[in-house]
Amino acid sequence: MNVRHSWIIALKDIRIFVRKRTVLYTLILLPLLLSVLFPLVIEYGGRSSGGITGPEIPGLLHSFEWFFVIIPAIIPAPIASYSIVGEKLEKSLERLLATPTTDGEILLGKSIAVFIPAIIATYAGATIYMALTDIVTYGKLGYFYYPNWDMGIILLLSPLALLLSIELNIITSSRVSDVRSASQLGGLMFLPFIGIYLASELGVITLDTSTLLILAGVIAVLDVAMFRVSTSIFQREQILTKWK
Amino acid sequence: MIETENLTKKFEGLTAVDGVTFRVEEGEVFGFLGPNGAGKTTTVRMLCCLISKTSGTAKIAGYEVGDGADSLKIRRIIGLVPDNVGLYESLTAYDNLDFYGKLYDRTESQRKESIAALLKMLELWEKKDVPVATFSKGMKQKLAIALALVHDPQILFMDEPTANLDPEAAKTVRDFILDLKKQKKTIFLNTHNLDEAQRICDRIAILNTTLRAMGTPEELERSVQGRVTVIQLEQPNDAVLAAVKKLGLGDVSAEGNKLTISTADPEKANATILDAVFRAGGRIQSVNVVGSTLEDAYLKLVREREKA
Repeated sequence: MNVRHSWIIALKDIRIFVRKRTVLYTLILLPLLLSVLFPLVIEYGGRSSGGITGPEIPGLLHSFEWFFVIIPAIIPAPIASYSIVGEKLEKSLERLLATPTTDGEILLGKSIAVFIPAIIATYAGATIYMALTDIVTYGKLGYFYYPNWDMGIILLLSPLALLLSIELNIITSSRVSDVRSASQLGGLMFLPFIGIYLASELGVITLDTSTLLILAGVIAVLDVAMFRVSTSIFQREQILTKWK
Repeated sequence: MIETENLTKKFEGLTAVDGVTFRVEEGEVFGFLGPNGAGKTTTVRMLCCLISKTSGTAKIAGYEVGDGADSLKIRRIIGLVPDNVGLYESLTAYDNLDFYGKLYDRTESQRKESIAALLKMLELWEKKDVPVATFSKGMKQKLAIALALVHDPQILFMDEPTANLDPEAAKTVRDFILDLKKQKKTIFLNTHNLDEAQRICDRIAILNTTLRAMGTPEELERSVQGRVTVIQLEQPNDAVLAAVKKLGLGDVSAEGNKLTISTADPEKANATILDAVFRAGGRIQSVNVVGSTLEDAYLKLVREREKA
């Protein structure tokens, strides 16, 4: 495999994305919004009943952290839609497939193009969140809550969730012929992660260190399985003759 | 340069290309004519290693089509102009060309040189930094051809390059293909534009799932019976009509002072016919051989298949 070819494809895709407002908004606004919103909740939440107390803070932050696994599951949808469905719409795939690149190199290039901006946006959002949270909680806790091991595991889970989302978006993109449908279908990827969040809020599961490690293992296994499915779908003959 | 033998492609029971055999020489412009759904694009896709063949063999510059290792080598020496322009609309003309140049592992200086040469040749240099979305159809098609040439391929596959273009843009593209012909590029041209095929191609194959005929445009014209010799006499003459009928060369009909003779090969028969007309006392105003153009040949061969 010639990784240089994948990198060339990824850079071309990223140059195209940065000109798409919807992609930029999703990429920047969602992580930024949540990273600012959560510290504001800590600062101003429950003011009528005396505000959030120090002992209540760790539990709340624990819930918020999971959103940095949900964010990378949401972000890839619009980017991956433009990456593959956009290429279908511009009818440029046939020409791309006629170059001396392998299917694997193209697929890797498309995945890198989605992965890099999405992971940068997630980590940037997480950094802002941790910094702002430490600022607003230091007075009540007396120590800097972040960084800590749980957030470290969350930030390990983020790329795994992102990979899973990218692969599912690639599979979705092969079955639809417009960017909006691909984006909407791909966006549903966050539902299982919301389900985990709700289960933790209802006390069905506890998102402690050991549970997070188990989830990381499960997502990693799903990543491998979905990678196999997406590579079996992303084959030039299928793309040219069976993709919608 | 391109060789196929019994090349066949089936899609879930539907035969798109059936037992096609041909050979294209180096530097030749080879036209592939056929109606929509005849298998032209499928053939090009097989030859460009985009889809697999069901059976038969095909070789490009000695490399085996369908062999995994050879596929990359084939794709490196060919250029493809697909039936859709397939450009990245939000990128500039230069960036589109540079992207493909990189994928063919051209060095930066090679890319700069070939991009400048191509854009200048196609009169797009002034628009090199403009997003492709603002280009006219003709400009996009010219850029699409440039994309296929950015790595200086030995063989160029073109799938209906002038379809949907206005006459002026189509002429520009055809002139460019003729320039490439002068540069001794091997060109495989899919088209259903008969006039274009006749003007550009050294040889033409007519495809309608199976290969119906192959030859130079002139050979194909001659292959179809139905051409007629029309003799305009000064005045109607029954003796001339009888004399020509007596030759038994083919159907003869008269309408006023016009005599129409249908023969298998007018070029061979005309001397005998004219001799008979003179001997019978006919005075000739004009002689023309009409009918049986490349279009007649094409329609006859395509319809034969449809009837079958």
